[in-house]
Amino acid sequence: MTAMTSQETSALSVSRLVKTFDVSAPWLNRVVERKPRQFLQAVSDISFDVPLGGCLSLVGESGCGKSTVARLVTGLYRPNGGEMRFAPGHDGKPLSAQMIFQDPYASLNPRWRVKNIVAEPIRELKLRKTRAEIDDRVVELLKTVGLSASDGEKFPHEFSGGQRQRISIARALAGEPEFLVCDEPTSALDVSVQAQVLNLMRRLQDQFGLTYLFISHDMSVVRHMSDRIAVMYLGRIVEEGKTEALFARPRHPYTQLLLQTIPNIEKPHRDRVVAGGEVPSPLKPPSGCPFHPRCPIATARCSAELPEVRTLANGTRVACHLAEDA
Amino acid sequence: MAEAQQAVLEVRGLKVEFPGRRGVATALSDVSLSIRPGEILGVVGESGAGKSMTGLAIQGLLERPGHIAEGEIWLTDRRIDNLGDREMEKIRGREIGAIFQDPLTSLNPLFTVGAQLTETIRQHLGMGKAEAKARAISLLKDVGIPSPEERFNQYPHQFSGGMRQRVVIALALAASPKLIIADEPTTALDVSIQAQITSLLRKLCKEKGTAVMLVTHDMGVIAETADRVAVLYAGRLIEIGPVDQVLRAPKHPYTRGLMASIPALGARVERLNQIDGSMPRLDAIPSGCAFNPRCKEAGPRCTRERPGLLPAGAGASACWLNAGGTA
Repeated sequence: MTAMTSQETSALSVSRLVKTFDVSAPWLNRVVERKPRQFLQAVSDISFDVPLGGCLSLVGESGCGKSTVARLVTGLYRPNGGEMRFAPGHDGKPLSAQMIFQDPYASLNPRWRVKNIVAEPIRELKLRKTRAEIDDRVVELLKTVGLSASDGEKFPHEFSGGQRQRISIARALAGEPEFLVCDEPTSALDVSVQAQVLNLMRRLQDQFGLTYLFISHDMSVVRHMSDRIAVMYLGRIVEEGKTEALFARPRHPYTQLLLQTIPNIEKPHRDRVVAGGEVPSPLKPPSGCPFHPRCPIATARCSAELPEVRTLANGTRVACHLAEDA
Repeated sequence: MAEAQQAVLEVRGLKVEFPGRRGVATALSDVSLSIRPGEILGVVGESGAGKSMTGLAIQGLLERPGHIAEGEIWLTDRRIDNLGDREMEKIRGREIGAIFQDPLTSLNPLFTVGAQLTETIRQHLGMGKAEAKARAISLLKDVGIPSPEERFNQYPHQFSGGMRQRVVIALALAASPKLIIADEPTTALDVSIQAQITSLLRKLCKEKGTAVMLVTHDMGVIAETADRVAVLYAGRLIEIGPVDQVLRAPKHPYTRGLMASIPALGARVERLNQIDGSMPRLDAIPSGCAFNPRCKEAGPRCTRERPGLLPAGAGASACWLNAGGTA
């Protein structure tokens, strides 16, 4: 599973990425209590391509490793194995990436004025020379995300959640990135505000030709935003494909489960049978296919053998012994 | 509305105020609603709309200096908004059960799940030790916890998030209350677990005839769980009605905008419908209808006069455009 059959040029290609965290007890406890070292494999052997100018979404439940991937891509964590390659940008250097974080209350410094928050990446990356140029650029950025120039003088606490997320977006754009990693950018927001932020992100994508790596657990948001979707479970990608194909016909039993559990506002099915079980601890992942204890169609092979990622005829990649190619 | 059964909870013209240095903030204003036995009323709204506040006011848990300034709260045939702390304490747990958002904070980490359940049962129902234990185990079984006899002696940290929320539901049901107030019971859980918990809650309430007030911001959870829905905006009840009507044919312009802003799973659209602006601060609510500055259909009357709940379809909506009116 090294070469991918995609015609589109990719902004980022990731192959066989691995991230392991050392979660051992402190040294003294290990010696006294005779505990072994313990490792948590948050991301196991993940490969994906993000199409240039498009949007790839990573979805999955908490603990599946999607935020770890975001942090690996932006360089906040170092991988233990595998490769990530950004395509060359306008200036020939690899695409520059910026990140938008989930919690607009925690990701802005409460003691800084908004104009300084937005100006920091410009100063740090030396994108403008004089002070006046920086100020002009800050005003331009604030207007781009739908705030006014006078908002720059305010502090973050004077803004609502949605407006703070606009400030985060302005700060991310200040670094003049061509690639944005968005880690659950709307999950702390109310639905009506979520719509405002998602519309803004779509407009900016068209305006600046941005590429998004979008991370969310909300399938309806993901469907709205992305060209491709990768479904993660316990540190692995279990299915990856075009958004429409994945929603029309999910191949992996876990994707099917995820899609079934989305409450449908138009057609509530209140007396449905709900799939049981919970995500196992990533410290003790099950043998074979990580999903087999919850899988309705698992066979003996599933508990013994880890399924390889296969590419189906329509380009969807799936890691399941039983997924049919038809 | 004609009511066949007596309502378990009846809230009439509730007004909650928070006096502060810069004047009085009206957190809730003229909120009236009722819940019948076995019925699930969803209470929705954006953050700060007053949905949790409604639940807290009913339970007598408003934080000072917040207080009920006007209105009445009736639990079957007893008025409870004017009771003292002692008496409210007896009602909480016994007659009103509570389920909170984060199952970790609503369970005591130092006691076993069994000890917490039996304490609640003995306190409120006056049962003996053995009897209480038997009831606790049967409750754990009811909420779908496998091997309840062994789980009885375990601590909350030995349970997963979904299992913990099941324990919290068992605790809320321990004294067979008439009413359960569930405040964002599934928000901290993953989607696949969310569906398990909402269907469990729905099943138990229908079986036991418990009335439920389900406070949430998630329209999906409402669609799957609630029978009727109350929509709050800036501390005011702006629409109430059967779930199908409120979600699919909402009568208030705010509810319409809210529903349209949710990305649909059906057809994909380029741009989501958005309601511009944001909810007003509670100490700066515009005159007339609180939604008028953001409303596309607002007329001169909307800025002058506050609309009360007017009949709209099978429910009611606080908008001058209803019942053939003009704005």
